[in-house]
Amino acid sequence: MTEATQAPVHRQLTINVLRYEPRTPERPARMEAFRIEEADGMTLYIALNEIRETLDPSLNFDFVCRAGICGSCGMLINGRPGLACRTLTKDLGPNINLAPLPAFELISDLSVNTGKWMRGMSERLQTWIHARQQEVDLCRLEERMDPAVAEQIYELDRCIECGCCIGACGTVQMRKDFVGAVGLNKIARFRLDPRDHRTDEDYFELIGDDDGVFGCMALLGCHDVCPKQLPLQTQIAFLRRKMLLNGLNSAAKKGRNK
Amino acid sequence: MRIDYTDVLVIGGGLAGLRAAIAAKRRGHDAVILSLVPPKRSHSAAAAGGMQASLANVIEASGDNEDVHFADTVRGGDWGADQEVVRMFVDTAPKAARELAAWGVPWTRVQQGNRETVINGKKVVISESKEAHGLIAQRNFGGTSKWRCAYVSDSTGHAMIYAVSDQTIAANIPVRERAEAIALIHDGGHCFGAVVRDLISGELYAYVAKATVIATGGAGRLYRVTTNAVICDGTGAALALETGQAALGNMEAIQFHPTGLFPSGILITEGCRGDGGLLRDADGHRFMPDYEPEKKELASRDVVSRDMLDHVKKGKGVKTRLGDHLWLDITLLGRAHIERNLRDVHEICRYFLDIDPAKDLIPVMPAQHYTMGGVRTNFKGESQGLRGLFAVGEASCWDIHGFNRLGGNSVAETVVAGMIVGEFIADFCDRVDSDITITTSLVHEFLGREQARIDRLADGGGSEDASRLQQRMQEVMTEKVGVFRDGRTLAAAVDELQRLLVRSRNIGLRNRSRGANPELATAYRTQKMLKVALCVAAGALARTESRGAHHREDFPRRDDAKWLNRTLATWPNEADISPTLKYEPLDVMRMELPPGWRGYGAKDFIPNPGSARRSAEIEAIKQKLAGADRFTMQAALMSYEQLLPARLRGRNERIVLPSEGASP
Repeated sequence: MTEATQAPVHRQLTINVLRYEPRTPERPARMEAFRIEEADGMTLYIALNEIRETLDPSLNFDFVCRAGICGSCGMLINGRPGLACRTLTKDLGPNINLAPLPAFELISDLSVNTGKWMRGMSERLQTWIHARQQEVDLCRLEERMDPAVAEQIYELDRCIECGCCIGACGTVQMRKDFVGAVGLNKIARFRLDPRDHRTDEDYFELIGDDDGVFGCMALLGCHDVCPKQLPLQTQIAFLRRKMLLNGLNSAAKKGRNK
Repeated sequence: MRIDYTDVLVIGGGLAGLRAAIAAKRRGHDAVILSLVPPKRSHSAAAAGGMQASLANVIEASGDNEDVHFADTVRGGDWGADQEVVRMFVDTAPKAARELAAWGVPWTRVQQGNRETVINGKKVVISESKEAHGLIAQRNFGGTSKWRCAYVSDSTGHAMIYAVSDQTIAANIPVRERAEAIALIHDGGHCFGAVVRDLISGELYAYVAKATVIATGGAGRLYRVTTNAVICDGTGAALALETGQAALGNMEAIQFHPTGLFPSGILITEGCRGDGGLLRDADGHRFMPDYEPEKKELASRDVVSRDMLDHVKKGKGVKTRLGDHLWLDITLLGRAHIERNLRDVHEICRYFLDIDPAKDLIPVMPAQHYTMGGVRTNFKGESQGLRGLFAVGEASCWDIHGFNRLGGNSVAETVVAGMIVGEFIADFCDRVDSDITITTSLVHEFLGREQARIDRLADGGGSEDASRLQQRMQEVMTEKVGVFRDGRTLAAAVDELQRLLVRSRNIGLRNRSRGANPELATAYRTQKMLKVALCVAAGALARTESRGAHHREDFPRRDDAKWLNRTLATWPNEADISPTLKYEPLDVMRMELPPGWRGYGAKDFIPNPGSARRSAEIEAIKQKLAGADRFTMQAALMSYEQLLPARLRGRNERIVLPSEGASP
């Protein structure tokens, strides 16, 4: 940026996009190639918008914040789930392959319905604080919290529901109702939160089966691709131990009661 | 075509819309939310540095309360705000922060004891009290006299929208995602919902409701360089405008954030400067104290942005092929602080620029950031032009921000307005005369009209390219309706925007599909955006003074004699090419804080003749009540508590430090 006068030489990029629109099945799924000139600081957000404005106005994709914080633009970038908005073309070769995230309902081209999936997961896992009292007196001082605990919760609360972990998950390919790393991370988050009164028995009801924590085959694609570097590996392993323990305890209790 | 019914139709799934829906639902009314995107992806998630609420827990906040927050906000807005509404807002903000705490927001908490921090470029050690340990912490922000920003690292909005969105799921409030309202349905006096387009199938349907709420956020995408998300295109404001009945208030009041990342405009939070970061020029010189000896980097955003551009004009910017920029220096905060409290800044620098802000300077320039104006409402959040139409959050001009918003006041407004206006919406729905009285044939008329518009775009053989028109509009707005404005340039902007608007009536499509067709959406949005852009530019041209973020180089002084008022823009006829402007006076005799110097920025202004009279009146009241507590005093100056919904009244508790004694 300091070399104000030097004329840059830019690469020619070929961006291959997997295209399909379920509402017009007469047009089969296909790869389409778009050629554009690279620019300084070009991201896939800039590149895809340029393609849409100059080459093909019908191309569908999703961006909202274009700053890597809203989780709208998860897609397969050269086969690997990632956030397109903050992927710089200079970090990729001149041939770039883009495809929609698998496992989610396809809307069109690179646009998938992560919102519907995430709402379903949230309803199933009840991803909200289950407080002891329904209404707090808002005039009173807030309940105190250990600053370190607040920070631990924040660490897990950073999930942006982009769906990359689902796109990278082996189990989801076999079990369509698997809650995935995003779901398990949320349970870990609420389990940590002293404001939520649910117990491990309650959580066992939600994730103590093969669509929950026991469905994970520990391939850990989720951990490798998470754009927020959430500690998914340790959280899932920890939850599995806790849920296993809970399962054993309640089985033992049932045995004694017989 | 289909007609659906509900009690409350909320257009927009950001924080303000969600919170309003929760309020209505809790009072027994059905609510439905329309959202362009899944609510958790709303632009609310981009609020970074924090939420203003006078909780006064940290030591640098001691002495803070509603009165201080009120004065900071009114001064920040350069006396353009509605002071009664500001009072309602500052009273409710601590309650909102506490509600969010109960809903699971992992607010950063106070750690008692000594800690090192940076104030005015120097490392200092401050000591937090044991009384505050574990309560919500505050950080410093621009234009405030106390540390007042409650925060979650630098992803405050993210944490807030996740908690509130999860509450809407818990309350079983349906969200129609990827649904866009394209016209309001009304009978000329009462709004009854909207015509909605499903962005996946392209289908049009009507949602008929008792109350309709515009919660669509700001209009940043009128500009080329903006921090705003791509969905913040101002078309929500256009919905109100196109009724010909509802007015938009103060659209010329546009905020430019000092630290947009150069050149993309991605937001670098004010928390950087709040936590001690400095602005530097090409020579590495810290220039802000030269311009603003009082508040330096932490003057209000309008002031800092102007100073930065003035400094660049003097040749002190860093020159690049893409233009000039300045530097934001947060290296002095240290790696540990940055990786913990400015984590997204760290990530953004790494991914977009491949730099490490713990050792490298960040290239920044002012970028469009906030729309102070919006759908003009009364204190209940209801439009004065159309019954049953409400607006909340950035889309509204409820008017707590006046002509410049303080950092952290917007995300606070979203939830506070959602709480307050949500109660008023529920009151409205409770009334028998709020029943849905619109005829089905009129609803079908609206549906038919919108379908015809879309058919005309797709099949009308128009020759104009929507995205070209939109890009040109964004250029005009960025170059001619920016930080510095003058009459000649604004007139040129209005002229060109009018020509673009006329051309936009002849848009044609290359892809004529009615379904998930981005070109079609760009087409009808561009037509709407141009109308909103004209409200901004025409309002700016007409306002021959400088107030807050609206700065006229040909009229550099604030003029309280002529311009102590609010611009109201309407669009009476579809065929018009310019808004109709009217003005709503602000009554200085009812102000708790009459106009004066803000405490930073320009010291020179043209006074309102009533100002001195009101100041004398206030002085007399204060003398008469000498010794009374601050609540009695405040009530005598400008009572507001009766305006608040009953369930939101009550004094906010704060910790009492041993040194302070028992006074509240």
